[in-house]
Amino acid sequence: MNVEKIKAAHKLLAEFKYTPGKLDKGYANKSLYINVSENKIEAKPVTEMMKEKFTGGRGFGLWYLWNAVTPETKWNDPENEIIISPGPVGGITQYPGAGKSLVVSLSPLTGSVMDSNVGGHFGPLLKFSGWDALELQGKAEKDVVIFIDGNAGIIRIEEAPEEALDSHLLVEQLYEIYADTPEDKRNISVVSTGAAAEHILYGMLNFSLYDTRRKAVRLKQAGRGGIGTVLRDKKVKAIVVKFKGVKGNLNNPADFAALAKTGIKMHKEIHAGDDKQCQMRVRGTTYLVKIMNDYDLLPVCNFKYGSHPDGNKIAAPKWIENFNIGKADGCWYGCTLSCSKVICDYELKTGPYKGQKVVTDAPEYETIAGVGSNCGIFDPQFIIEANFYCDTYGVDTISFGTTTAFLMECYENGIINRQITGGLDLRFGNQDAAMELLHQMARGEGFGRIAGLGVRKCKELFVREYGAGAAFLNDIGMEVKGLEYAEYVSKESLVQQGGFGMANKGPQHDEAWLIFMDMVNNQLPTFENKAEALHYFPMFRTWLGLVGLCKLPWNDIVPENNAQTDEPAKIPEHVQNYVDIFNAVTGKNIDKKEMILQSERVYNFQKVFNIKMGFGTREHDKIPYRSVGPVTVEEYESRQDRYDSQLKELLGMETEGKSTEEKLKALREYREAQYEKLVDAVYERRGWTPNGIPKLETLQKLGIDLPEVVEVVQKSL
Amino acid sequence: MKKLVTKEDSCTACGTCELVCSKTYFKEENREKACIRIETANGKSKITTCTQCGECIDLCPAEAIYRDKNGVVRIKKNLCAGCFACVGFCPEAAMFHHSDYIEPYKCIACGLCAKECPSGAISIEE
Ligand code: SF4
Repeated sequence: MNVEKIKAAHKLLAEFKYTPGKLDKGYANKSLYINVSENKIEAKPVTEMMKEKFTGGRGFGLWYLWNAVTPETKWNDPENEIIISPGPVGGITQYPGAGKSLVVSLSPLTGSVMDSNVGGHFGPLLKFSGWDALELQGKAEKDVVIFIDGNAGIIRIEEAPEEALDSHLLVEQLYEIYADTPEDKRNISVVSTGAAAEHILYGMLNFSLYDTRRKAVRLKQAGRGGIGTVLRDKKVKAIVVKFKGVKGNLNNPADFAALAKTGIKMHKEIHAGDDKQCQMRVRGTTYLVKIMNDYDLLPVCNFKYGSHPDGNKIAAPKWIENFNIGKADGCWYGCTLSCSKVICDYELKTGPYKGQKVVTDAPEYETIAGVGSNCGIFDPQFIIEANFYCDTYGVDTISFGTTTAFLMECYENGIINRQITGGLDLRFGNQDAAMELLHQMARGEGFGRIAGLGVRKCKELFVREYGAGAAFLNDIGMEVKGLEYAEYVSKESLVQQGGFGMANKGPQHDEAWLIFMDMVNNQLPTFENKAEALHYFPMFRTWLGLVGLCKLPWNDIVPENNAQTDEPAKIPEHVQNYVDIFNAVTGKNIDKKEMILQSERVYNFQKVFNIKMGFGTREHDKIPYRSVGPVTVEEYESRQDRYDSQLKELLGMETEGKSTEEKLKALREYREAQYEKLVDAVYERRGWTPNGIPKLETLQKLGIDLPEVVEVVQKSL
Repeated sequence: MKKLVTKEDSCTACGTCELVCSKTYFKEENREKACIRIETANGKSKITTCTQCGECIDLCPAEAIYRDKNGVVRIKKNLCAGCFACVGFCPEAAMFHHSDYIEPYKCIACGLCAKECPSGAISIEE
């Protein structure tokens, strides 16, 4: 790598100097605005109103984006922004999972507002550099890198023509350029994407951290919704932050003692419990594969099935064989759940980097299920390779997996053929074809470009160009609002169908994962229970993204006595921990009720934002039947006993002598009606009209009845 | 390997060691700020201090903990990010913290407490 040459080609376009200050109880009280069209850099105040109504993190992102765009703004207009914000609790080192950044932008996939939650060191270092949020707007003329030096108080926009696009190279080059010494690398974090983000709509963002032990750059992903595509559209190659001197008190918390006490209690809980519970410290999220496969929830062949006899080939023991397990594999300081696993010395077998040995981030559950089982592939080596290339090319593994699985089903049904795919034999299980599709995305060639449009646009294209039947494609195309499904089969859990369907940004499980409560433990028997769960859990989880926390230490480890508490699914002790650390940092005095109110404000605001952009009503919460029940005869018959007995029990139907088609139809009518009933119940619980619009009184009650918000709602009521 | 070894049977729980330690470390006589902790239960003493096992070394996300040339496990304060993971994970519960400080602290086998111990319950082993 010729770093000197790359560096010499940099041309300074704009520079901004500021005096780095101390944080005040979790807030810098300033945000950084950068416009790469005009090469403008400025500081903006973070107001009391913002803190009161939006808290931070995703809340700040939504507020800034709301003010930047109009209903006519498209994702690739210069006005669209990418906002990165860590939240007031973000950057504390004592409590596990406190290094998350929240990213908000208009999505190329949905056309509406997207949020994505990501680890890596960027968010905390940005905040310690003096900024509660970074607002990036405009489109550069030529490729640029933005550099923030949080110690010196300097921000630069630099033309950067020579750096690689692919993240594993680009980020390393940037560490070489901006680190003064090898030891200085730990003080740097980079946001980047890769070559494919120029050609596809689900490009993602990598947030780096420097792994001092393995002497390698590590990448965590803001995967969902195509924000990497937006970054490339802005011709921003990367955003680099450098801040030296991370300590445990940089947030200037109101009550350091409480923070230390709560954090240490949690470290002890993980130390005592993780071995007996999820073993995240050695397996990361791969432990989920076996559970999902056992409970018929692991997506197989485009969500047709929930398990496969080969599921064990991609389960945790196979991953442990491949991992280089460290004891400090957290994505931020102090995360003792340590789930960010690593694979060392992996020799690439395909593509432009074939033959090279790399240190690469281990695939997580979603990736294993997405590019693996859902595409009918059960080979860990393929999954490692696909994960590496998705990361370096800037491809969201979930959208890639779900889209490829959809295309495979289309191919097997003759909706598309070899001629259309340019020779790719896209059968389920054909890993060479899947890999080639990925490489085509990076090159911007062939059928990879089509696949890069995502499920919704592929459906439209196949109907338009190849005369495919829209009904079948809508049944099997696993997307809602234009976003591809995350990797869980929701057929047997009505609540989870709602969790996916009614999620603000699209079918991602970070709003609600309620399958066990609903289907396995049967804790939500009535519609009222179901609606309550679909109110509480999305609000609770939203809160984590307002303050800068990771979801995993909430329920992937639980206190020993959790099962004996009144509401085990909520993990009451951990909820109290969160209240305590929020208060310890900010000096406020919230309780668990106020916590939910904080979320409700932002959640309803995001809902209204969807409406402002022309979405957000009931029709946009419609879900594909594949996520509700069996679409095909083959699918029905694979679980015939289950479905037959449901027809008997729930509908009193005599199934003997009935054809599968008749039974399919009856089951479908029943399940679709159940979903509509659920939607009614949830909207009511959330204080929305039957069309999914927040009522004025709801907005007033929550105190989010800002005039511009009310105006949008009034127009649509 | 240099370390402080303990004979709990000989300990009278006078607490001298704790005060010597906190005085040395933090210029203050305060047993809450010592790198050795004496507790009693049922008339028996329990002495908690670092065995220099080194479990915390690989656990530290900032690579701030290392073993020095005498085999003593030490903390580089300037690198410590104050996460207290080591406090929660120490098998001996001998990594201490006090909320007056943003870094944890531990026994570095200096031996000052052993010199002052009236009952020979603690000593330095090379
Ligand atoms: S649990 Fe995993 S993803 Fe969450 S903060 Fe810890 S290391 Fe990062």
